[in-house]
Amino acid sequence: MSKELKKPDDLKRLSAIKDNLILRSHIIREIRSCFYHDGFLEIETPVAIKAPAPEDYINAPQAGAHFLRSSPELQMKRMVAAGYHKIFQIGQCFREGEIGNRHNVEFTMLEWYETKQNYLGLMEFLKKIIFKTVVRVKGTPLVNFRGQEIDFSLDWDVFTIREAFKKFADTDPETAIANDEFEIILVEKIEPNLPKDRGVLLKDYPSSMAALSKINDKCPETAERCELYLGGIEISNAYSELVDYNEQIIRFAKAHATRKRQGLPEYQEDNDFFDALKYGIDDFAGCALGIDRLVMVISDAPDIKSVNSFTEF
Amino acid sequence: MDVSELKKGLKIVIDGQPWNITEFEFCKPGKGQAMYRCKMKNLLTGSTTEKTYRSSEKDIEKADLEEREMYYSYKEGDFYIFSDAETYEEMRITKEVLKNQAYFLLEEALCTVLLFNGKPVEVTLPFFIEKQIVATEPGARGDTATNVLKPAKIDNGFEIQVPLFINQGDTVKIDTRTGEYVERVKKA
Repeated sequence: MSKELKKPDDLKRLSAIKDNLILRSHIIREIRSCFYHDGFLEIETPVAIKAPAPEDYINAPQAGAHFLRSSPELQMKRMVAAGYHKIFQIGQCFREGEIGNRHNVEFTMLEWYETKQNYLGLMEFLKKIIFKTVVRVKGTPLVNFRGQEIDFSLDWDVFTIREAFKKFADTDPETAIANDEFEIILVEKIEPNLPKDRGVLLKDYPSSMAALSKINDKCPETAERCELYLGGIEISNAYSELVDYNEQIIRFAKAHATRKRQGLPEYQEDNDFFDALKYGIDDFAGCALGIDRLVMVISDAPDIKSVNSFTEF
Repeated sequence: MDVSELKKGLKIVIDGQPWNITEFEFCKPGKGQAMYRCKMKNLLTGSTTEKTYRSSEKDIEKADLEEREMYYSYKEGDFYIFSDAETYEEMRITKEVLKNQAYFLLEEALCTVLLFNGKPVEVTLPFFIEKQIVATEPGARGDTATNVLKPAKIDNGFEIQVPLFINQGDTVKIDTRTGEYVERVKKA
């Protein structure tokens, strides 16, 4: 160590976030241990892929002839179809242009799938593993995040999207979508006012926002999709997965068209994924969770940079 | 200007008014469209507002703003006269623009004047100035507490809050950005 030279800024920055990075390591270790304990198989799929899932507003950065995955979804689903019934993965994903306090182009995703499960079943499991993780790394279920205590031992508050639009914005999802205000209302009126003393689940999104989730049989205007919020921040997204081959063809065709209208790069189709669907998959559910954001909440960090050693975007 | 260029500290025009973006957040709720939440302060009125831009919006107008270094010269009626540090050109600035900072103007102080469409809208003074206390209740001898405050008048009659040990005739350092007492410079 030089006595003459001043400590470089980058080293100062890394020293300042050391506690967060230690907590991050402990959190990831505990999450892994929960999954192992519950009989999940940890798997890895490629980061550079040829055929990302087309999504209306998510764009995978290009890397030579490949794309950096925006999600490991399709390849993990192909594994489920092949008989891997309980799998999880923790790895880097990329979403072009997404930079902010809670976003970085490169981020760490926890994603898992389980057959014979639905979206709410996965949330029961998620609630348990977050509780266990928090208690093990902090020694208490209480976490102070941005001046507000979150009690992870409390039951989550659950709102359907319809209930949330009524309660926080005095409107309904159909009107909001018709006025092209769905996301604005979510961001301006709902998210800031969600309870912050416990986990909050928003569930049953309008079927037009199903993405890759299954339409609810009993209530066809909604999809079996839900999102977990902690401290007002979106942490994870779960689906009862769409297993209908024909419906999937229509959804992807629509997404390809929406992408084209926005001038986003064209993806090739993942034909192996379609072959898997055609062959048939048992009912299953999947969930994606932003590890960086979970660490932000548990470590009360101000932004995503404070929980990552390096951010290159 | 494209919405993706929005950031904290950027000044934009909405309905002819200049706004400073004081807080900025990139949002993308539940796989939806990207949105940019801005908290803004009106540079003319000081009022604040919030606005959410969608990624599809393209016609955001950057404010035509210019910063100029100017020396404060003298007061003339309701106007404060500044002169450009480079061109010596004079500019009249009103109390409405200066607000309470008018009380902290020292002759020949080098200030930064923000112009919107050529008109002054904000003046940044040197951060710290020294002023003499001309009137305050006498402080208790030996009372060195800094967290208990009392009112005190500076030479132009403006009232600030100072610790109990400050006496009439003391010179104190004041932060012009907040109008708050910083420290005692010289004992009377």
